[in-house]
Amino acid sequence: MALTGVLRPGHAQIRVLDLEADVKLYRDVLGLEEVGRDSFGRVYLKAWDERDHHSVVLRQADKAGLDLMGFKVDSLASLDKFEKDLQAHGVATKRVPAGEMLNTGDRVSFELPMGHTIELYAEKKDVGNGLSYNNPAPWNAAAERGIAPSRLDHALLGGVEIDASIEILTKILGFYPVEVLYAEDGKTVVAIWLSCSTKTHDLALIRLPEQGKLHHVSFWLDSWERVLRAGDIMSMNDVSVDIGPTRHGITRGATIYAFDRSGNRFETFSGGYVSYPDMQPIVWSIDHLPEGLDYVQRKLHQSFLTVFS
Amino acid sequence: MEAALRSMATGESREVPAFVTVTILDTGETCRCRTDESLLEGLRRWGLRGVPIGCRNGGCSVCRIQIARGRYAQHRPMSREYVSDDDLAADRVLACCVKPLSALEIRVIGKMSKAFAATTATTNGA
Repeated sequence: MALTGVLRPGHAQIRVLDLEADVKLYRDVLGLEEVGRDSFGRVYLKAWDERDHHSVVLRQADKAGLDLMGFKVDSLASLDKFEKDLQAHGVATKRVPAGEMLNTGDRVSFELPMGHTIELYAEKKDVGNGLSYNNPAPWNAAAERGIAPSRLDHALLGGVEIDASIEILTKILGFYPVEVLYAEDGKTVVAIWLSCSTKTHDLALIRLPEQGKLHHVSFWLDSWERVLRAGDIMSMNDVSVDIGPTRHGITRGATIYAFDRSGNRFETFSGGYVSYPDMQPIVWSIDHLPEGLDYVQRKLHQSFLTVFS
Repeated sequence: MEAALRSMATGESREVPAFVTVTILDTGETCRCRTDESLLEGLRRWGLRGVPIGCRNGGCSVCRIQIARGRYAQHRPMSREYVSDDDLAADRVLACCVKPLSALEIRVIGKMSKAFAATTATTNGA
């Protein structure tokens, strides 16, 4: 098996200000499937083509933002190894027992120096995507319900201590840089797009004056046409759109940024390219951020650097 | 619900007109805003740039304003990350989460520049 260690972002737990309003948004507008609720009142959802039990967890709170981001690892042995490696690096970890999150095994939780809770887990129940494992159809009705992304793709997190966070993600967890945005000095990392797979990013980080901020959680669509369709559905449902439809210069992805009913930004995203760990990272300088963000309009949307939850 | 919000805000039932005049004290701009939608949405319709537009859903705080004069009602939750009890008591609110009930005079508190300023400061080594 060539892809080992950390496999992918597996779940994002998002704080919402009005749970049922956002269940409606994520389920009926974005088109995720509601798969369960737990005794804490959390609502679990998954994208139609995901096979594990859930990828989005919504929690009622009085502050918007991200509670945690979970990454699936390839085995229990890897989970144990990462736990030891994190501790050896001086990172405090904590075990969240299996079952605290529905249908999910033990999680190893730690805080990134940027203030975000990251957790690793090896086991989550395979509930399937509604298609057979034998001779399946390519899609079903769920693939057309709402915006209907096929998966949770990545997130962009913001905080002060970005350098120490990059070190943990690359040296201990095996992420590699795909694209990097530098400040005028050519050395200070303003933002970085990290992959643990062959995606252009599984996790991106941006330097901010505040710790623990969520910039966006992103959902994958199969084509640019589907991104435009997502924009239509957003407008039909009075969703606040931030930027797009357009293409990012950085990662080449086609995109719309929009906000859930609590002001958490989400992205509907498609495209990019296949990346491998041996590739030289692509470098952007801060004066080219406008086209890095919006290649079509070459415009630095002020909200990109100022609006977070 | 509407009636309840109004009486919460005013302590009495008063007729709410369909449109009211909103004045941005920082710039002197005025516009007529609907009373059945958020103040931010009303300002947006007129293209007024004084109040920054962010998430429009109570989460990001860039549309923070001080209501200096006039009646209003909160119609959706604001993230308490940015709005404290003291803020609410002093009429410091998010424009996306309140509807005007009478003519309003407001001041802009929210900033769109803080994060970028920080990035620039990093760049300059400041």
